[in-house]
Amino acid sequence: MAIEVRIPTILRTYTGGEKAVTADGASLSALIDDLDANHPGIKERLIEGADLRRFVNVYVNDEDVRFIGGLEAELSDGDQVVVLPAVAGGAR
Amino acid sequence: MLTIDRATYDAIIAHAKRDHPDEACGVVAGPEGSDRPERLIEMVNAAGSPTFYEFDSTELLELYKEMWDRDEEPVVIYHSHTATEAYPSRTDIGLASEPGAHYVLVSTRDHGNNDGPVEFRSYRIVDGEVTEEEVTVVDELRN
Repeated sequence: MAIEVRIPTILRTYTGGEKAVTADGASLSALIDDLDANHPGIKERLIEGADLRRFVNVYVNDEDVRFIGGLEAELSDGDQVVVLPAVAGGAR
Repeated sequence: MLTIDRATYDAIIAHAKRDHPDEACGVVAGPEGSDRPERLIEMVNAAGSPTFYEFDSTELLELYKEMWDRDEEPVVIYHSHTATEAYPSRTDIGLASEPGAHYVLVSTRDHGNNDGPVEFRSYRIVDGEVTEEEVTVVDELRN
């Protein structure tokens, strides 16, 4: 199974500068574990406790995973995963 | 240093004034590696708040896909502060995730929705470190 994962600029230090890498997993959670096995430390940047970090967006085939099961979102061969940090901030 | 054309500079200020008292936000995209802010994209502040901004997650993906298709990157990421100075807050610094971008802050605290000068300042935010930079406004970006 091969799933393409698009990596944002800020996390490319974990992928040797690669914009996209392939990983495996039947769920987003398994995919992130597999990513972390090859790119140690990246999981920590995506997950906090048992959830996705509040200001990290992950999309599977253009769907925000928060609407399709979060870390339990199911994946299959050929799916496209995009990771994008939120663009956010504010006066406080 | 941020070099930006007058029309884009004015449009960012107009956006900030229009959305006051809520924070306004957006991006100026440009060809990858060019450092040229060419294409202004006003974003909706999904937080709709005077003290917070966040791009809507679906629009964020659309924006990035469009930039990837065009070999662009976010050259400027801007937002407004509506009651405080145009300086990155702790939240801004903690959430800054484009080390290559110019983070522009505009403050509408003095004149709100009305005419009048606004603070327009630019920063690099890398690994939690803020560096203010000069802003040069030109009639047109040079080719």
